[in-house]
Amino acid sequence: MDVMPKWVDIIVVPLFSLFLAAALSALLILAIGESPIAALNLMIEGTLFRSAGWGYMLYYTTNFIFTGLAVSVAFHAALFNIGGEGQAMIGGLGVALVCLFIPWPHWTLAIVGASIGAALFGMIWAGLPAYLQAKRGSHIVITTIMFNFIAAGVLNFFLVDVLKPAGSMDPASANFPASTHLPTFQDIAGIIGFEKAFRSAPANVSFFIALFACLATWYLIWRTPLGYEIRALGKSGPAARYAGVRPVKIIMIAMMISGALCGMMAINTTQGESERLILNFTEGAGFIGIAVALMGRSHPVGVLLAALLFGFLYQGGAELALWTKIPRELIVVIQALVILFTGALSLMVRAPLERFFMSIQRARV
Amino acid sequence: MKIKPAIELRGISKSFGPVQANKDITIRVMPGTIHGIIGENGAGKSTLMSILYGFYRADAGEIFVDGKKISIPDSQAAIGVGIGMVFQHFKLVENFTVLENIVLGAESGALLSPSLNKARAELAALASEYELNVDPDAIIEDIGVGMQQRIEILKALYRKANILILDEPTGVLTPAEADQLFRILKRLREEGKTIILITHKLREIMDITDTVSVMRQGEMTATLETNETSPENLAELMVGRKVLLRVDKTPAKPKNPVLEIEDLNMFDDFGVQRLKNVNLSVRAGEILGIAGVAGNGQSELLEVLGGYQKADGIVKVKGSEIDLTTSVNGDGQARRAQGIAHVPEDRQREGLIMDFMAWENSVFGYHREKSNQANRFFMDNNAIRRETEGKMHRFDVRPPNPKLTAKNFSGGNQQKIVLAREIERDPDLLLVGQPTRGVDIGAIEFIHQQIVALRDRGKAILLISVELDEILSLSDKIAVMFDGKIMGERLPSETNEKELGLLMAGVAEQAAQ
Repeated sequence: MDVMPKWVDIIVVPLFSLFLAAALSALLILAIGESPIAALNLMIEGTLFRSAGWGYMLYYTTNFIFTGLAVSVAFHAALFNIGGEGQAMIGGLGVALVCLFIPWPHWTLAIVGASIGAALFGMIWAGLPAYLQAKRGSHIVITTIMFNFIAAGVLNFFLVDVLKPAGSMDPASANFPASTHLPTFQDIAGIIGFEKAFRSAPANVSFFIALFACLATWYLIWRTPLGYEIRALGKSGPAARYAGVRPVKIIMIAMMISGALCGMMAINTTQGESERLILNFTEGAGFIGIAVALMGRSHPVGVLLAALLFGFLYQGGAELALWTKIPRELIVVIQALVILFTGALSLMVRAPLERFFMSIQRARV
Repeated sequence: MKIKPAIELRGISKSFGPVQANKDITIRVMPGTIHGIIGENGAGKSTLMSILYGFYRADAGEIFVDGKKISIPDSQAAIGVGIGMVFQHFKLVENFTVLENIVLGAESGALLSPSLNKARAELAALASEYELNVDPDAIIEDIGVGMQQRIEILKALYRKANILILDEPTGVLTPAEADQLFRILKRLREEGKTIILITHKLREIMDITDTVSVMRQGEMTATLETNETSPENLAELMVGRKVLLRVDKTPAKPKNPVLEIEDLNMFDDFGVQRLKNVNLSVRAGEILGIAGVAGNGQSELLEVLGGYQKADGIVKVKGSEIDLTTSVNGDGQARRAQGIAHVPEDRQREGLIMDFMAWENSVFGYHREKSNQANRFFMDNNAIRRETEGKMHRFDVRPPNPKLTAKNFSGGNQQKIVLAREIERDPDLLLVGQPTRGVDIGAIEFIHQQIVALRDRGKAILLISVELDEILSLSDKIAVMFDGKIMGERLPSETNEKELGLLMAGVAEQAAQ
């Protein structure tokens, strides 16, 4: 039996899902007496036509690229890593320790050190549930989500009892030294005299690390023997066993790469934006990563595009909360609808679309 | 008065997307006969029967049962007009009793016991009428495959079936069990039942059917009286060209032993012993065939030798002992490095990644070898694609497109992809499991030729197959496995199906002689 054309699967299905989510959101906005058209206008204007909007959108996008890639890598091994949140938190701890306790002469070196710290800490945090899955058969979904709670506790402990400067009432670490501060897009644009392009927005050079991570992930998955083994194990456990692919090793490696990518999100939030370690800095980005990976079909290009979309929704949503009577909670609902339709329900959209395109194909034969 | 056909299909057509599975099929099955339907995989036999049993609806055509035109929208309707089906894979609840399985789906009333009592009485009547004795209180998982099949037949009869469809019924049976099944079928025919037998085994058609229909590529190419045809004739009708049913090979010229197995024992995860003191040896330039009913340790033997199942004992390849712990020194990739290639029994579960493209599959297991690497970090995908195209041409894989996903090839072509990968490595020892399961006759001929050609290049081959014909025609030496033990070794020229059949059923050697 033939299948529907590939472009339908890759392009039409996500766009159609997105359209459904938008339509349902529009009805919700109508129901509370606001104009959906005006709301959409505001979101677009506030994100794409205002200098700070751009910078915020790309800031969120950076987070979502890291977590989206992380979930994708695990997906290829048929592992559902929903512990991105916790892995990012622990990654943040890694960034803070590196930035606070090592005297860095310049940010270019600090970012390398912080990346390694973030990746290492995230890797360890994902490695524990990976070990439990690979060796003991404890389901990765259960363990990773429980590790999120443990991570929150660990972060809390470090901030309140270890890293909080004496006399401070705020559960946060001390500010990082100035030599570790990352240049924002405003700073970079300033070099060529365009600082107005990214007025006081938090997007920073870690965006380029995220882009590089996309490229590296693509090479890893589709060009290296390791990526080949990850995909083989993900598609068929028995076949992988037959070919001498070692499941324990691959599960460990795939999850640790996933954890490292989640951890690296903290370069953006902790070193780049807050310049100190704070509570709850992840703001759910670990979970958004799941939707990003689903919508991007676990492909780095798809992840990049989906991360841009979710960056837009995050920034646009903030604009709505600021300028309209649409309550903040409704924006979360709209974002949830997009996640629901593009992620969880994409199969629901896929089946009828498949039938539709198959019937066109048959009519043509 | 003219007898009306028990079943008549007129002009049945069915397509799935662009694929036409059945084209304008007309067939008449007379009551009280055994009618065989033979054809290669994908010829449309199963689709046709699924239409008759209400799983699919035909795009066009009419169905007549006992001369009356009817429509069969679902399997309940098929049962209603007296059609019963025995599937290749039984649909029985393993931990229910025989009686409970027979009643399942045909209970009446809110309480179970009246139905069960009624069924018990009817079962006794059926058993005496058709000589189908079963213990109604036995648990399904405790009884043999032959008995389970008998229960499937009883299930159909309990539902008042007059027309029985059997889909590849002998696939899981020993020759003796198959004979028993055929006796039952003949008895049913005497009682006036109509039987449709779907099979790809020419011998069964010749042995038991009255009439036979041949299908090829969705079309009915011929319907013949069985006694007016021959296996060669049927094979030609199935494939559309003359085929060689016998394997064309010269006597083996065996040399030094390549594989030596001494006292091999293996326990599965539940502590059940699957291999019991297995001793075997295969020499260079020789095919050792292992006969046996599925599930008697052959799969486990392949897994142990393939490096993904732990075992105890001594296994030497080319004189040096190999690691049986499945550690890094004894896993699938280590085995391949030692010159052992493996065509696994189940190509869709193990031999191929069905979602990978042909070129990705063509290095599966060898993907870390230097020849497939562009440099230290990356695989040389372009070279692998080029290489695959060559392999596909040499092994006549159709279509020869390396970028096609494995699941889009037919069974025979999937198997050729696996064989090309393993044989072109020029291994010292080739392990082959069920090389032609679900493969069409044309491809079987080709696959057998390739295996014999490898033997003639002086390589050792360990062949495992549940098809006794295949074992007899390919092997230079035959070992029979039963319950994890080697029951005995025979030379193909000095044994016959009957003797092998007894060994396969676990009857001791003395009895066989």
